[in-house]
Amino acid sequence: MIEFLQHFVNGLSVGTIYALIALGYTMVYGVLKLINFAHGDVYMVGAFSGYYLGIIGGGGEPSFFRAAYVTLGAMILCAALGFVIERFAYRPLRHRARLTALITAIGVSFLLEFGFQLSPWIRTPVQFPPGPSPRFFPALIDFGGEPSIDVFGATMTKIDLLGLGVALLLMLVLQFIVFRTRFGTAMRAVSFDPQVAGLMGIPVNRIISWTFMLGSALAAAAGIINASSRPKIEPLFGLIPGLKAFVAAVLGGIGSVPGAMAGGMLLGLTEEYVAGYTDSSYRDAIAFAVLILVLLFRPAGLFGRATVEKV
Amino acid sequence: MSAPLEVKSVTMRFGGLKALSEFNLVMQPGELVGLIGPNGAGKTTAFNAITGVYTPSEGEVRVGGELVNAQRPHQICAKGVARTFQNIRLFKQLTALDNVRIACHAGAKSGFFDALFLTAHHRKDESHILTRAEEYLKVMGLSHRREEISRNLPYGEQRRLEIARALATGPKVLCLDEPAAGMNAAEKIELMQLIRNIRDRFGIAILVIEHDMRLVMGVSERLLVLDHGVTIAQGKPEAIRKNPKVIEAYLGDAYLEEKQIALTPEGTK
Amino acid sequence: MARALAVLRSVLPFLVGLPILFAVQAVTPADYALILVSVGVNVVLAVSLNVVNGFTGQFSLGHAGFMAVGAYTAAKITTGLVGVDLPFVAQGVSDQVVFALALSAGMGTAALAGFLVGMPSLRLRGDYLAIVTLGFGEIIRSIIENMKFLGQATGLSGLPPRTNMVWVGVSAIATVVMARRLAVSTQGRALFAIREDEVAAEAMGVDTTGYKVRAFVISAAYAGLAGALISHAILLATPKMFTFVRSIEVVVMVVLGGLGSITGSVLAACVLTIALELLREFQAYRMVVYALLLIALMLLRPQGIFGTRELWDLAIVRRLFRTRQLAATGPAGASPTEVRDDSTKGAV
Repeated sequence: MIEFLQHFVNGLSVGTIYALIALGYTMVYGVLKLINFAHGDVYMVGAFSGYYLGIIGGGGEPSFFRAAYVTLGAMILCAALGFVIERFAYRPLRHRARLTALITAIGVSFLLEFGFQLSPWIRTPVQFPPGPSPRFFPALIDFGGEPSIDVFGATMTKIDLLGLGVALLLMLVLQFIVFRTRFGTAMRAVSFDPQVAGLMGIPVNRIISWTFMLGSALAAAAGIINASSRPKIEPLFGLIPGLKAFVAAVLGGIGSVPGAMAGGMLLGLTEEYVAGYTDSSYRDAIAFAVLILVLLFRPAGLFGRATVEKV
Repeated sequence: MSAPLEVKSVTMRFGGLKALSEFNLVMQPGELVGLIGPNGAGKTTAFNAITGVYTPSEGEVRVGGELVNAQRPHQICAKGVARTFQNIRLFKQLTALDNVRIACHAGAKSGFFDALFLTAHHRKDESHILTRAEEYLKVMGLSHRREEISRNLPYGEQRRLEIARALATGPKVLCLDEPAAGMNAAEKIELMQLIRNIRDRFGIAILVIEHDMRLVMGVSERLLVLDHGVTIAQGKPEAIRKNPKVIEAYLGDAYLEEKQIALTPEGTK
Repeated sequence: MARALAVLRSVLPFLVGLPILFAVQAVTPADYALILVSVGVNVVLAVSLNVVNGFTGQFSLGHAGFMAVGAYTAAKITTGLVGVDLPFVAQGVSDQVVFALALSAGMGTAALAGFLVGMPSLRLRGDYLAIVTLGFGEIIRSIIENMKFLGQATGLSGLPPRTNMVWVGVSAIATVVMARRLAVSTQGRALFAIREDEVAAEAMGVDTTGYKVRAFVISAAYAGLAGALISHAILLATPKMFTFVRSIEVVVMVVLGGLGSITGSVLAACVLTIALELLREFQAYRMVVYALLLIALMLLRPQGIFGTRELWDLAIVRRLFRTRQLAATGPAGASPTEVRDDSTKGAV
């Protein structure tokens, strides 16, 4: 029973990370009908941004302020990255065939992954690019006392608990933004029909840019949260979580914000339970198996709408 | 000998929406039938249900007596039902000749193996297909365009090419979805004649969706009128023209009131 | 007589090619041999992928998975039958026969894998198909990595060196011939139709799913061949050789050359493989250059070098040989990665 609970708690932690990243995928797919292959790498850049900010201006003792500075700073940096990617790699291809944009997305993804693996060009104040060797993410918060707490018999580290809390908070904020603000309504309008949305006076390009920035910021937050409990970061570590988050988005119904959250949680839990009770070396393949099952049996996902092509 | 096409009480439901209600149609060889109705009436839905793009929610579609409800479009095409599309769906980057040759493909007896090893079977098929395709191009007056990339053709010729392509599948029933859309008056007259010629030459039944009243009345031997998925009238063109329900569907009841046309079963006053 | 001529026509490319290949092999210094082998293998990969991505317009990202299946199958056969002697023939010939068997088996299992992957996946469109094929590629790799029988993560080593330029050359010729014959046949036209407009193709009697699967199977078979060849050149078969990065590398070649153009794929495979060799010192930058190339290509010339045209479609060549234009071409060499955001909006 305790084991069951432990898996549950772990699954939640992992699931919220997937959910945060999945949100970026789903929002971008919603407005652009594009799978942003580079999104997983934005997550990686987020973690590294946090790492660098931990050195520049964020050095010193772990504290709440340090954590906030690093997290918010990374989110802003990645939002900027998201803006740049959309503006220069995707926007020019807005009216081309989707295949073209997809290939470009792959290109951007590789650029980030392999760009970060290059040997450093500058060494002070930080080494950039970081190169292929892993770096260690600094501790941002010191809780003092025991690192873990007891949750109904299962253990959870305090940092994980905090991370979970922050993630849930971010998701709530996003939910509010998407469903209760004008921006959110505009974003949803664009996802239904960009052309008509434009005719109704919505500044489509700007909305798309902001959507990208929002998604990227969330991915950055996910990167920081994850790196706080699993401090080893390296340029390719965004690949697998990125793909898994994509699966989560598809599971929840790509294009649906609540779907991405639900999908992320569900995938995290499934992964934990399956890997926990069977052979854990197949852990990564579980996500792919889920993907294939979803696409074969319910391509619209949990919350998605099945679209019928008009002939 | 069963009718080439029998549609019995076909209903199409999309979620809560009933796009087509109890649609009935029997086509005999060589018949020219028109399907009309205001926009959104369900005409293309009927086509899609007949040709297998949609599976009927209720009812039966029989081609040559055989039930084809669950079959895929390519199977129904092989059974003898061909169609054109409301928005032209030519193979844009391919030549006119290739567009038609693809339609002849279904009759090919050879397979991948033959193509890869250049067997005699393959060469025979290729030569048959070429001859047939050129024949159909000639019938539609498009021989001079055979090497032209189809998206470069003038609009009217693209429509004719689509018809040639559908004909090349060797159908018993040909469904034309707004074949005259975008044509000018002269082209429409030519099209009317063309449709009759096709019927006379190939003996196939032709079902036409059209908005141009003069064309469809001129070409059809009988008409079906749809409105909101329901068949509101059937019969000869002259009768349909005067049918108040039809008039109401197209022009609204305000028009009826203005013209003081009563909605009596016998027709207009 | 006609029969004999027909058979002759069918095998002509090989009759012409074989002596040339033997000659080339004889004169090539050993250091360059591996490069040429790599070029040949990449030609097989690019042209075979083009059949699915270019001819049929389906976006497959799982090519490396089929390479792996072919490589491991062939490796198991050659390592298992090493030293086996066929009676009455020299050891050397026996080896070649075993290798031929291994290659065929590799193609066979890869084809089967293609079928198993294709059947469920090809119902999906565009992005989804890309992701699913990527997923399957990774699943195949995952399975290999976990099987002791296949050497798990370290893979299989000590493979007999069987690949040489003749084998690779013959394979490359076979692949190009396959693609070309397909393109001018009615089956190939059916594939183009599917690419152009799947709904219309279906309405005109083309069994779209069946054809997509067939294209997929053929493509997978040749990928398996490539995998078998390369593993017997570097004498190793490991899961790391067949990651989805490898798949992407092949996609880059196909897109660079032009989706749908056989000559384009051949050219791009040659150019990229050789360029890679020249850039060997800058190994770390290799993928960055790849990435920038991809992005630049898509922004500036998404139809690649050749678009959907072929070398033999150029006016000069046509006049010289008086050939008719290949079915798939367009005047501006436009290809599926170009413009046209066709919306299929229509009235009910």
